[in-house]
Amino acid sequence: MRSFTYQRVTDPSAAIQALAMAVANNNPPTEATAQPLAGGTTLIDLMKLDVMRPRTVVDINPLASTWSAINLDGGNLRLGALARMSDVAANPEIQRNYPVIADSLRLAASPQLRNMATLGGNVLQRTRCTYFRDISYANCNKRDPGSGCAALDGFNRMHAVLGTSEQCIATYPGDFAQALIALDATVEITGKSGVRNIPFAQLHKPPDDSPQIETTLAPGELISAFTVSGRWPRSVYLKARDRQSYEFALSSAAVALDVQDGVISDARVALGGLATVPWRAREAEALIKGQKFDEALAQRVADAALAGAQGRRHNAFKIALGKRVVARALHQAATMEI
Amino acid sequence: MSDKTNSTTRSGFDRRMFLAGAAGSAVVPLTARAAGPAPNAAAAPDPSLPVDVTLRVNGDSRLLTIDARTTVLDALREHIGLTGSKKGCDHGQCGACTVLIDDRRAISCLTLALAAEGRDITTVEGLAKGDKLHPMQQAFIEQDAFQCGYCTPGQIMSAIACVKEGHANSEADIREYMSGNICRCAAYPNIVAAVKQAAPEILKG
Ligand SMILES: Cc1cc2nc3c(=O)[nH]c(=O)nc-3n(C[C@H](O)[C@H](O)[C@H](O)COP(=O)(O)OP(=O)(O)OC[C@H]3O[C@@H](n4cnc5c(N)ncnc54)[C@H](O)[C@@H]3O)c2cc1C
Ligand code: SF4
Ligand code: FES
Ligand code: FES
Repeated sequence: MRSFTYQRVTDPSAAIQALAMAVANNNPPTEATAQPLAGGTTLIDLMKLDVMRPRTVVDINPLASTWSAINLDGGNLRLGALARMSDVAANPEIQRNYPVIADSLRLAASPQLRNMATLGGNVLQRTRCTYFRDISYANCNKRDPGSGCAALDGFNRMHAVLGTSEQCIATYPGDFAQALIALDATVEITGKSGVRNIPFAQLHKPPDDSPQIETTLAPGELISAFTVSGRWPRSVYLKARDRQSYEFALSSAAVALDVQDGVISDARVALGGLATVPWRAREAEALIKGQKFDEALAQRVADAALAGAQGRRHNAFKIALGKRVVARALHQAATMEI
Repeated sequence: MSDKTNSTTRSGFDRRMFLAGAAGSAVVPLTARAAGPAPNAAAAPDPSLPVDVTLRVNGDSRLLTIDARTTVLDALREHIGLTGSKKGCDHGQCGACTVLIDDRRAISCLTLALAAEGRDITTVEGLAKGDKLHPMQQAFIEQDAFQCGYCTPGQIMSAIACVKEGHANSEADIREYMSGNICRCAAYPNIVAAVKQAAPEILKG
């Protein structure tokens, strides 16, 4: 790990001030010389691997006193960015009203990691692509723009089948982001010039020609909260992985339905483990609305969700797996008791 | 440079006071010990110099002078001499370094020692009361829940938290909520049995 200066901040304006040096350069936030430290479960790991090299680490954990509330007042949901994964997953109101959120968090990482990791850090976790994490590989456009992509003809079993480019096929590894994108969440961002809100779907950026730029955050900006309007008691998060627990998704689905008199009036489908960014399957959703659930419908929706998928040498199995996960998640959401 | 200046940053924030939560200002660069003539006010603190930190481990406060990069795990093992917590992967993947921080299980290899200042760290060495082992330690022995023992301190810390969190109600629950602790000797069935055995006694208090 390279040496850095550690700073601890106790209020948001001080955090923004401390991160201001990151704004001075034009790097994307992931390359900024000053990095906020939340749970550290991505940042410290990648600093040890020499993949991330901040010169200043700004510990924002004291902001938890104002930025970690879980609030369900008025029929909407607001989650502070410094809430810990474990606390949100264990919250009975979240479990009842947003099972897709509770389960996306409960099925991620391990209990110890969930105690440390924050929601803000979670959505900004970096890919687990081996060629990205191991700097002895020379070719990784995300780590070293213009150097190529070792995964294209490497062992790409864990890599993405949706949203890829010829520059990068790394999977976005997180689970919680799929729940957020499915529920049309909003991200509250606090920066030098105040607070702005954007749809969660606009936070992450597909790799295209610049895989090193992963989000639309500006350097020095902080995520302060996530909000969701309405309740989604009929929602599920289903995760298929190589181990039964404590493993990233090979394929996952976040599904939320609103069913009135047996007819599906609103449907949300998001996919994890399959795409380069949190992924909403809007074409698939369009097939569901106004329909009654049956297994044939689930199959059509699953096919539509993966229609644009592109398999590579070692990951083509993910397309068939992804369809089964979508179909089963739809079945679970449609038949769950609420 | 005098001792007094050592604990005061260029910008005038007092480091120790700040960390004790007493200072009014909200930003504190934990600068290295100043050496040589005072640089100009805008100069970044030299990150290559050590910093002071007080860690509270098993009830004792320890003042350490460390590299800012030091994790809680390395502080425990290399600076305090508590080698019970083990380093398996050093990347948050195996759970061998699990300790309790403010009574919650945490991965000490991904926690900076500086970030743990002011918090209560409990390691496996802090469990026994004199000669009397903690019920979870006793259960691990009685259930033969280890072979090489390398993962065991992390398993025990995690298991205590697992019970207190209310996740020891069934074998499936225990397996799920102990999945962050890898055992390369695969003592898993015995670990589950140990957690089951100790749970009622721990919950009784
Ligand atoms: C072994 C292992 C297994 C895992 N398994 C899973 C899994 O199955 N599913 C899953 O979803 N995740 C998994 N994870 C990833 C884990 O969930 C993330 O590392 C964690 O959520 C990151 O949160 P954090 O608070 O620790 O972030 P940090 O590491 O503190 O921060 C991550 C990044 O975000 C920046 N940042 C943090 N907070 C903010 C903020 N509020 N505003 C702006 N920038 C910010 C930091 O500067 C850093 O660049 C796993 C991790 C490990 C180590
Ligand atoms: S897939 Fe992306 S992250 Fe992985 S090696 Fe290629 S460019 Fe790097
Ligand atoms: S040594 Fe910390 S998790 Fe492996
Ligand atoms: S007892 Fe050997 S690793 Fe668990």
